[in-house]
Amino acid sequence: MLLIHCPYCEEERSELEFRAAGDAHIARPENIAAISDEDFEAYFFLRDNPKGLIFERWRHVAGCGRFFNAARDTVSDRFLKTYKAGEPKPQLPIAAMTDETVVETYEATEGRAE
Amino acid sequence: MADLATRTLPLRGFHGSSATVRLTPAPPASRLSLRARPEAVEALSTALGLSLPTRPKTSATNAARHALWLGPDEWLVIDALDTDLLGMAAAAGVLHSATDISHRNTAILVDGPGAAAAINVGCPQDLSLKAFPVGGCSRTVFGKAEIVLLRTGETAFRVECWRSFAPYVSGLLAAGAVDASH
Repeated sequence: MLLIHCPYCEEERSELEFRAAGDAHIARPENIAAISDEDFEAYFFLRDNPKGLIFERWRHVAGCGRFFNAARDTVSDRFLKTYKAGEPKPQLPIAAMTDETVVETYEATEGRAE
Repeated sequence: MADLATRTLPLRGFHGSSATVRLTPAPPASRLSLRARPEAVEALSTALGLSLPTRPKTSATNAARHALWLGPDEWLVIDALDTDLLGMAAAAGVLHSATDISHRNTAILVDGPGAAAAINVGCPQDLSLKAFPVGGCSRTVFGKAEIVLLRTGETAFRVECWRSFAPYVSGLLAAGAVDASH
């Protein structure tokens, strides 16, 4: 079971209390009526789905109820950092990336996907 | 014939104790779901007669009244007596949101040396006294239901749940109570 640090409850809680809420740091266009259909599609629908570091919104739904942001590694599912909503994207050292610490995936047997 | 409303409690007749855990449906209580910004906390504290906690996982108690920290701007106020909490909060005269949830919730009192083990059957939180001291409280999950947990003593908890979840929560607690006595 994953333990996720909630920045509002200031402690680690079980993943059962949390719910993922999509990508973080997506700025709403200031005048959404003026943008083109393509720009709206990019803002509303298109996400990167990166392999590795991703910044996501999470909600401590069965806890304090707050939304917060998390930096997570999509390969190992490891949470690298969680921080309150509204705070800027943290600078993470490259060493925090988990290329060397891949666990519980099929990467080792299937090889690199790229 | 007199026009009488009969109140049926959601856990009427429930029993499910074991050798190490006693489960008791809590008597009816007044409950308030309170939301407020930091600047309103002091006035609301004065109006409710206890200081609303501002630290995570803490509660405040004054006689039969408890205020439980649920989130940075959210509290659950429970009063064992039939008190007009809504009116008291309104008398504070500051911007806040209060909803009377006296009948939305019901509670089960879990007491005995196996109390923490019985709750841990469906709740992932660390219930050791170090991580969850007496007076500690938290909204969390119990199996598939959302509960609010308040530690009233070293081996005593109050489990608040929605009344529609009460049969599920009480049933799982009863199973946990049996497991905790092995």
